[in-house]
Amino acid sequence: MIVIENLTKRYGETMAVDAVSMVIERNSIAVIVGTSGSGKSTLLRMINRLIEPTGGRVLLDGRDTGSEPGYQLRRRIGYVIQGHGLFPHRTVAENIGTVPRLLAWEEDRIRARTAQLLEALQLDPAVYSGKYPHQLSGGQQQRVGVARALAAEPAVLLMDEPFGALDPIIREKAQDDLLDIQRKFGTTIVLVTHDIDEAFRLGDRVAVMSEGRLLQYDRPEVLVTRPANPLVARMTGSAERAMRLLSLTTAGEAALPLTAGESGADAIVVPTSASLREVLSELLWRGSECATVADANGAPLGRLTVAAILARARPA
Amino acid sequence: MSTPGFSLPRPASAQQSAALPRVDRLGALLTLLGAAGLFLLPFVTFKANRILPGDPRGLAQVLPVWATCGCWATLAAVAAVVLFAVNAPLRLAAALAGIVVTGTALAAAANALTPAHNLIVRVAAGAGFWLLLAALGLLAADAITRMRPGPGTRVLLLAAFLGAVGLTLAQGTFDNVSVMREYAVNAAAFAVAARQHILLSLGSLGAAVIVSLPLGIFCHRVPRLQPGVLSALNIIQTIPSIALFGILMAPLGALAAHVPLAAAVGIRGIGAAPAALALFLYSLLPIVANTVAGLKRVSPATVEAALGMGMTRRQTLMSVELVLALPVVLTGIRIVLVQNIGLVTVAALIGGGGFGTFVFGGIGQAATDLVLLGAIPTVVLAFSAAVLLDALVERLDRVPQ
Repeated sequence: MIVIENLTKRYGETMAVDAVSMVIERNSIAVIVGTSGSGKSTLLRMINRLIEPTGGRVLLDGRDTGSEPGYQLRRRIGYVIQGHGLFPHRTVAENIGTVPRLLAWEEDRIRARTAQLLEALQLDPAVYSGKYPHQLSGGQQQRVGVARALAAEPAVLLMDEPFGALDPIIREKAQDDLLDIQRKFGTTIVLVTHDIDEAFRLGDRVAVMSEGRLLQYDRPEVLVTRPANPLVARMTGSAERAMRLLSLTTAGEAALPLTAGESGADAIVVPTSASLREVLSELLWRGSECATVADANGAPLGRLTVAAILARARPA
Repeated sequence: MSTPGFSLPRPASAQQSAALPRVDRLGALLTLLGAAGLFLLPFVTFKANRILPGDPRGLAQVLPVWATCGCWATLAAVAAVVLFAVNAPLRLAAALAGIVVTGTALAAAANALTPAHNLIVRVAAGAGFWLLLAALGLLAADAITRMRPGPGTRVLLLAAFLGAVGLTLAQGTFDNVSVMREYAVNAAAFAVAARQHILLSLGSLGAAVIVSLPLGIFCHRVPRLQPGVLSALNIIQTIPSIALFGILMAPLGALAAHVPLAAAVGIRGIGAAPAALALFLYSLLPIVANTVAGLKRVSPATVEAALGMGMTRRQTLMSVELVLALPVVLTGIRIVLVQNIGLVTVAALIGGGGFGTFVFGGIGQAATDLVLLGAIPTVVLAFSAAVLLDALVERLDRVPQ
């Protein structure tokens, strides 16, 4: 758990970050979103003390992060930046082993951990361990960057626009992979982005920042249904808030139970992981009224009607 | 690119070349140069003693008919290869064969013209020999470039070249050639000069590296200081070497006169001390500038990632920034080393020692052979240093940024 208390950074007269307080629960993803110059990156870098705060403090699992040298703190916190920042003169395996080596792990343990991470990120260790960063595609470099940040089994992972350099199709895949990784390793993630769609897609909670101040920090659906002020409403896109709300619920969560006698034999079958926004779009496109929600094996679990979906497009 | 079953039309020039062999342009130029050297200029000059003006002799005047014809025939074959062959190893072999024949001819000419046990007469290589050798040397260099050897191969080639030259000289093949006569007389002084030359160039380089690296790192960290430091070093660089030697003589002389300790460790107004100091000053700018440039090309994302992962500033500098900047820093060191090897020659003017002693001694006595005894090893030393450091830079720069 990360507790941020009145964290402040002042550069001369300008307040880069102005008394921000927030709590990030263990095993969750908090996304900080804001325009450039909103102070979101400064806030992130004060968590691992790449930037020393002017005031306030950060507690990591109850312990003040100011109580040890910055470099030691940073070895316990994963860090991923835009454009990956891989060491061009070191192989993939050497890059991933950076922090474990700083922590003086045994070589066998480093090798095993490197292989485990490469496999988890769908990179065959036999093929990729000995390659240099310039021999990888953009998406692969990004994944190696994530593997390197996770190498020393940090409880917390900080990510600064990690997908900013990727093209849209690879970015979506990278976001899915991140969610998988987070579930698999149970890491607490703080991610900074300027892309509100990315924030809604990834964040258990989303923090909206502007001019150094934290405007609102809550679950995505609350940001849509009860924005704290007009600026948050504008940022979360008031014109399409109904669709945004639908995108936050999956078909599996919203499915109506199958009543006796229904076969679940609708022409349209959707997976449980599809968002209501996607299901509605598909129903409208096909001119159909209802869809069957099926599990991975195709067994029907429930159904969704246009009316049931529309009912969820309004604040409760 | 090439798809099976799909062929591009051959360009017209390629079809023509099948009928009429193309003449290699560089080969043609160098063949002309070599031929001019061989037939229009004297191959050797004969002097009754070391300072009398020489009497020019052509190859045919000195060697027996069969040897002259053999020599011409071999060089004609070399010319044929160089004019029409494209294969680089073949061209290199031809150039080397030409060099061996030319060298052998010089040795034979010197032996033929020198009466037995006569240490007075001098047979010097003439303008024709030097022109021929230059043409063949350029051919060899061109062939090696066309073969695109890796850094390791280039160092091996250099070692083979130096080894071959060293063995030939040790065997006494050229003992009757005037430069080697001059060497025989000055052998002890030559060893001292060689040692002094290498010590001065490497010592001043070493001291400059020790000062310049931290200075470069400092300039990189504190960009405000950069223009001031670099322009100060730039001003030093613009002072002509002889002037700088002169400027340093006065303060160092005064230092030696007033501080007994300075005099005791060998600091004097003339000699090695001002030479080493001047070389050191000249060495600063290239190394500092290249250190700054090398550090600048390290991506800020890489540095931020290193710090973000918990490397200390020192670890980031040593194992990331400096490693990535090293090829550029070494390029600066290469510039300095080659520059110093040349400048040490001038240092002989103020008693600094080194091969320059022979060059200026030779000029004073109007003895060209003595000048060459200083100049040739200086060139070989600078050339070897350049090849070695270039190979090292290329080896380290294999990983693209």
